Amino acid sequence: MSTLDRSVVEHAAHLARIALTEEEIERFTGQLSVVLGAVDRLKDVDTSDVSPTASVLPLDNVLRDDEIRPGLELEQAFRNVPPGGRDGDLFRTQSTLESR
Amino acid sequence: MTAGALPRTIREAGELLRRRETSSVELTRTALGRAHADRHNAWLRLCDERALAQARAADERLKAGDAPPLCGIPWACKDIVGTRDVETTAASRILAGYVPPYSATVVERLDLPGAVMLGKTNLDEFAMGSSNENSAFGPVKNPHDPTRVPGGSSGGSAVAVAAGEAIFALGTDTGGSIRQPAALCGVVGMKPTYGRVSRYGVVAFASSLDQVGPLSNSVEDAALVCEALFGVDPNDATTMPLPAEDLRHDLDKGVRGLKLGVPKEFFIEGMEPGVERAVRQALRELERQGAELVDVSLSMTDHGLAVYYLIQPAEASANLARYDGVRYGLRVEGPDLLQTYRRTRGQGFGAEVKRRMILGTYALSSGYYDAYYVKAQKVRTLIKAEFDRVFQTVDALVTPTSPTVAFPIGAKVNDPLSMYLNDIFTLPVNIAGLPGISVPCGTSDGLPVGLQVIAGSYQERTMFRVAAAYERAAAAMPRSAAA
Repeated sequence: MSTLDRSVVEHAAHLARIALTEEEIERFTGQLSVVLGAVDRLKDVDTSDVSPTASVLPLDNVLRDDEIRPGLELEQAFRNVPPGGRDGDLFRTQSTLESR
Repeated sequence: MTAGALPRTIREAGELLRRRETSSVELTRTALGRAHADRHNAWLRLCDERALAQARAADERLKAGDAPPLCGIPWACKDIVGTRDVETTAASRILAGYVPPYSATVVERLDLPGAVMLGKTNLDEFAMGSSNENSAFGPVKNPHDPTRVPGGSSGGSAVAVAAGEAIFALGTDTGGSIRQPAALCGVVGMKPTYGRVSRYGVVAFASSLDQVGPLSNSVEDAALVCEALFGVDPNDATTMPLPAEDLRHDLDKGVRGLKLGVPKEFFIEGMEPGVERAVRQALRELERQGAELVDVSLSMTDHGLAVYYLIQPAEASANLARYDGVRYGLRVEGPDLLQTYRRTRGQGFGAEVKRRMILGTYALSSGYYDAYYVKAQKVRTLIKAEFDRVFQTVDALVTPTSPTVAFPIGAKVNDPLSMYLNDIFTLPVNIAGLPGISVPCGTSDGLPVGLQVIAGSYQERTMFRVAAAYERAAAAMPRSAAA
């Protein structure tokens, strides 16, 4: 069974874009090891001929007519923007590319 | 109606309203008064003006005659359900101050018949929890014993109904979040079949499992609210296009001639003896009412927890990726965008949410996706198939809702796995997408016990029929016997 070491927690936290404190990394490593231990028992279930279920709904493609419908007004869409997050009619965020 | 008290049910309130013995404004003032005086931390905010405006409009409709049953009835809304112009936080710091520009479909469907929304109730952050201790705005206390939890995640909604601060409430149920707090607070709580109720405008948690449903003081009320909520919504492609149903049709039919399955895996070691006693007695009562009890086996039940704690955090980690501090919600600025994301989410999410994000991200990550996520989805297929098989031989299943009664606040906060075990009897129902209801079933050591009735997909009528039969039988029992 997989016990979790802290590097796994650090890696998953990085992928999830969550900054953790040292104390959180330690605590979550212990707690999630216990949870994963319980989850690991699934390995004992034979699923060789079983297809996965993503949804229990007996629906496939749900289509609608391609009609124009009203959406949010601009001011409604900007209503909850964090301070400094609006620039005219655009959301402002930080650069994702380094300037050289 | 006692001065200062609310009628317990929609039926009682409706009769008073139609006899002009009270008005919606009076009911709403009473409810708001009680809610403002609430000492259980059940509410995150109350909307006095909005509620009274709705109540005045309802009184006009009642005066004109021919108002629908929900007209003028004050209700409580779990704060994960979006409400236009009313702050909606999901009990998270990351959404503090967020004011939705539109209402969830379920809110509109209660606005339409003239129900009166009193305010927003407390919950576990993003509905992740079974004790309501994970709220960023403090834990909720159980009205039967304020040193104990009310269950979760719809703890505030359960308490509002149990404490007579609202006549009914909405909750959401991903693994038991309506039924378990209903059981622990001694009220009725119902999760519809997956696909029955629109989630449009509800903060998404685990999209293949989430459903919205009612908490109330009677089975009839739960059915009545479901009639308003059910139905296809063009804004939610996961709603089933089914015709409207009279869900109260079979409430008085009784259980004579019904086959009720009793799955042996739901009576496990570690279950509190008082809970087992109460549930066994309820089973005998249903038998006395003419039901045939059938021992059945759901051997996959044991794997439900593992399946749930892979699929649910995986879906949640994807859904909660949207909280990045750019368009709405908390933003904690860092030197670059990556650091802004990390800080925003590190400071905005509470411990349980972070744990599940990490677990879910891990289960979906390269090298583990097949071993964890896909494996869980395959076992999900087996769990669903087993339920389908059992429902070929029985009309409904009857089980305990939770293995324990309300536990002391703080008892399980540092032990996630033992906290997760609270939902061991409710989460298989979400995995299979079935309807389930918890009805009060006596007490153990003075604390409420819940009886769960599970039916096949879209068989809510049968589920309500069994639940109503038990409710009537329990009401007729002498108090000592019900306890």
